[in-house]
Amino acid sequence: MAFLDRFRNPNLTFLAHPHPHSPDKPILKVEGLTVEYDSGAALDNLTFELQRGERLAVVGPNGAGKSTLFKVIAGVLRPSRGLVEVAGHEPGGHICIAYVPQRTQVDWSFPATVADVVMMGRTGKLGLLRWPTHHDWQLVKQALDTVRLLDLADRQIQQLSGGQQQRMFIARALAQEAELILMDEPLTGLDSRAQEELFSVLELLHSQGVTVMVALHDLKIAGERFDRVMLLNRHLVGIGLAETVLNPVQLVDAYGSHLRLLPGVDGTLALGDSCCDDGEHDHA
Amino acid sequence: MLEVLLQPLQYPFMLRGMAAAVLVGIVCAVLGAYVVLRGMAFFGDALAHAILPGLAVGYLVGGGAREPLFWWAMGTAVVSSLGIGAVSRTARIKEDTAIGIIFAGMFALGIALISSVRSYTVDLAHFLFGDVLGVSTQDLLLTAVFGGLVLVVVFLFYKEFMILAFDPVLAATLRLPARLLDNILIVLIAVAIVVSLQTVGVALMVAMLVTPAATAYLLTRRLWKMMALAAAIAAVSAVIGLYLSYYFNVASGAAIVLTCTAVFAMVWIATSLNRRIRAVAR
Repeated sequence: MAFLDRFRNPNLTFLAHPHPHSPDKPILKVEGLTVEYDSGAALDNLTFELQRGERLAVVGPNGAGKSTLFKVIAGVLRPSRGLVEVAGHEPGGHICIAYVPQRTQVDWSFPATVADVVMMGRTGKLGLLRWPTHHDWQLVKQALDTVRLLDLADRQIQQLSGGQQQRMFIARALAQEAELILMDEPLTGLDSRAQEELFSVLELLHSQGVTVMVALHDLKIAGERFDRVMLLNRHLVGIGLAETVLNPVQLVDAYGSHLRLLPGVDGTLALGDSCCDDGEHDHA
Repeated sequence: MLEVLLQPLQYPFMLRGMAAAVLVGIVCAVLGAYVVLRGMAFFGDALAHAILPGLAVGYLVGGGAREPLFWWAMGTAVVSSLGIGAVSRTARIKEDTAIGIIFAGMFALGIALISSVRSYTVDLAHFLFGDVLGVSTQDLLLTAVFGGLVLVVVFLFYKEFMILAFDPVLAATLRLPARLLDNILIVLIAVAIVVSLQTVGVALMVAMLVTPAATAYLLTRRLWKMMALAAAIAAVSAVIGLYLSYYFNVASGAAIVLTCTAVFAMVWIATSLNRRIRAVAR
């Protein structure tokens, strides 16, 4: 059944188009990226690069275009202008990019166990008309073990705590064999212990050479836990080490009137992101 | 007691009707899992109504014969299901509004066409509410073939349909052919509606898609179990419904749907009570 095999093989079929990776190219290269909606520019002329295994925090006010940026990099949304390359090729053909959704955007009452959701990550590798093999279930177990959820594999997903839900999606990204993981506000609603557990998993990903981009609200965590920080407010305010990027001038540029600069006890500035939920900002 | 159960079965039309109702119940329940999870109940209901002009034309062309009815309904269902998909993607109005406009218009056209025939009320009633006891051997065969086809396709694309229902963004990052798969699902719903026409009719169709699946949703935590349980509930409800229709002389489609609804109500009350008790115990 040569025809059937051809149809089923995800590397050959027209139904999935995994691009080859060029190892000499950066894992992510963005040049002049612009996304325009009817209401105006959501992202304006972004240019930056990410190296393999890097951890990048993306911070900025609500409506800064963080989710839009992630969706373009994931190849879910087409940019209006500019170039996005993942490992040297446009993102639309990659199945090595994982997007971890915000927890509020997931239907947690969906009839699926933790293992079922993680197995969804294998679908790209499996191809159409194929059922998971023993090998695939083994990979799912491994991924669950890595994020320390193996004992909860048969739970319905609603029974997990917030931190466990985030780690389940990381396990799904691992099962997908993702090399670039995009996480949209994973810390929102997590207590400090759950945050710690999430960071120890991120540490593990880092040691395996997986590149992660994480959208955040907490500037302190962004500075302490990530290799580099990107400050975004539709345009790229700055990207680099936290000490250089998160300076008062650029922070005011990014947050505008929503930033409170307060004199601290020892003469430094305490920053408050008084971000609102309206999602639309005019900043000077 | 045995006499009560066996007596209706001595009539061949009753046996055929029961076989058709069970088949249709299973097919609709399995597919209904996706209808429930993706919130497509209104779409299913509207699509069922939109088939009416196709039925009317088949009826006028075939002079009351069964087979042209089936094919005309099938054609109309597939065309209007894909049409609404296209309109909802491109129109500047909301999807449910677009569905409402198109499908109500189609339904009105169907009624207009049928009303031009003399025996209008009887025929319209059969289209609207089904005529399961009039199922012929050939009808049964068509139902089995197309119902089986629906189940096979659902089985083949199980994991892809599950991802599209749970996480469309994942479907996109895995580069699944989402548009194609969505269209396949829509056509499957259209086919399921057509094979169910004789059992429950246009007006009650949506209950077969939604009620058993929703009942199973309350009771299970995995998709394949939800499908299996929904199929079982639908099959049992079909049989019970037909017995009720036989002994109490009620319209068979209505009796089947009422049985499904009663099962849902019992399960809903039981699970709600159970949750209350657990919450108190904690």
